[in-house]
Amino acid sequence: MTVVKGEPAPEGADDTGDMTRGGPGGDGYVPSERRLARERHRRARARRATAIAALSTLVTAALLYLVVVNAPGWPRTKETFFSAHYAREAFPKVLEGLWLNLRLLLVCGAAVLVLGMLIAIARTLRGPVFFPLRVLAAAYTDFFRGLPLIINLMIVVLGVPALRLQGVTVDPVLLGGTALTLTYSAYVAEVFRAGIESVHPSQRAAARSLGLTSRQTLRHVVLPQAVRRQVPPLLNDLVSLQKDTGLVSIGGAVDAVRAADIIVGRSLNYTPYIVAGLVFVALTIPMTRFTDWVTARMDRRRAQGGSL
Amino acid sequence: MSTLENAPEGHGPVLRMESVRKTFGDSVVLRDVHLEVAPHTVTALIGASGSGKSTLLRCANLLEEIDDGAIWLDGEEITDPRADQDAVRRRIGVVFQAYNLFPHMTVLDNITLAPRRVHGVARAEAEERARELLERLGLAGKADAYPDRLSGGQQQRVAIVRALAVRPRLLLLDEITAALDPELVGEVLEVVRGLKEEGMTMVLATHEMGFARDVADQVCFLDGGVVLERGSAEQVFGEPRHERTRRFLRRIVEAGRL
Repeated sequence: MTVVKGEPAPEGADDTGDMTRGGPGGDGYVPSERRLARERHRRARARRATAIAALSTLVTAALLYLVVVNAPGWPRTKETFFSAHYAREAFPKVLEGLWLNLRLLLVCGAAVLVLGMLIAIARTLRGPVFFPLRVLAAAYTDFFRGLPLIINLMIVVLGVPALRLQGVTVDPVLLGGTALTLTYSAYVAEVFRAGIESVHPSQRAAARSLGLTSRQTLRHVVLPQAVRRQVPPLLNDLVSLQKDTGLVSIGGAVDAVRAADIIVGRSLNYTPYIVAGLVFVALTIPMTRFTDWVTARMDRRRAQGGSL
Repeated sequence: MSTLENAPEGHGPVLRMESVRKTFGDSVVLRDVHLEVAPHTVTALIGASGSGKSTLLRCANLLEEIDDGAIWLDGEEITDPRADQDAVRRRIGVVFQAYNLFPHMTVLDNITLAPRRVHGVARAEAEERARELLERLGLAGKADAYPDRLSGGQQQRVAIVRALAVRPRLLLLDEITAALDPELVGEVLEVVRGLKEEGMTMVLATHEMGFARDVADQVCFLDGGVVLERGSAEQVFGEPRHERTRRFLRRIVEAGRL
């Protein structure tokens, strides 16, 4: 295809905006023939790019459809994975289970942020007194970042009740939440630590020369900048946590995944898994959009400065 | 009443350095540096890049730990390991070459941070003084702006206000015009001139020789970590004793900087 040279033009580029840009100057500016020709060319190129994109999408979709539908096992697959009957049956149950995932997300998310921040701070503390704290924090992140979440969950959810300790819960939800918090705190601590270390030393120097103590410097100068910078990766980890709340089902807690599992076990039809999966995706999309929005807003605010 | 009055003053030099030595790894950045800064005077540190000017200022503020020698602030030895470093820094204002304003705070918050958090001044009072200083330096409308929105010259003036807000005994200025466009240098130097008239004690590292000659009571020429020449501006610029000083000044003149 030699038709489209260079980068695809932005669809619907504001060509009309270009035309008037010179206008408000009030200097009697009239766009030259050269400029008009250039803009005509740009518009034509944008139209062509849009058309090609639409056509290519259509062809791809048609091809995918044909490949799937013509697969030898498709009629069978359609029945076991995409049955409208079972989807209707599973949907309310899955939603009910999802409520548990949401609560887990909220509680674990908050705990992870607090714990992660504390670990990150512990790792950046200087001074000989804090040596054991630094070592512990480093060992914690190394261990829990390396330990597969599923193994962590099994150890905590199945292992802790086996100890038969007095006064320690055997509730799979609480234990599962604890395991999630342990693993994710390690991730989030590293995100915070990267943020803290990304603040330029000159900021610290400025704060210290104003007479701020190292703790005040951390609290008023370093952490606010570190946290702001790390919002996108933090939200990314929260999205990830949101999906992984589904893993508490291995302990028998009835969340969205387990609710689907129950129906599958009874009917031997896998549609409920598809339903549960789509529900998680649907839940994640607003979260990622929110992440994008927060990031964009922060960029804008920095650029505008005075608006807030 | 001046708004820039100093803290209560003692007798004798505000800052005194004796036999100060500082190394980074194998390179000796300061060797056997002696310096005395009398109250209400301006000391200019001149010399090529890498001659130790900035390091000397950072040592005076305890941002760098010296290897040998001693430094006194108002007669009190601040290089004593038992000295309270935060308390020392509270009495010294610093303005950096790259401004080092806090980008996540408004101009007003930048200025009031130390008065409020370190000196326990009430917010209203701290803000009032900050606005007063901003107004004096021609930045009245910028109190609620973020540093990124200001020009380099404006940012540097805010940094000066931030350093002044805690009424320091001594102001250290580290090449504060080096990062500025030529047309913005003047506005910042004008501020320093004003401070001198108010009696602020200052030590400044600078490449602006004309300014140094004009404003400094004492000029120190640093070369290879040594204060090679120390005297009044007329002495050092007019009749330098050392060949190295003469060569340095000749190069400056050739570059059209004096």
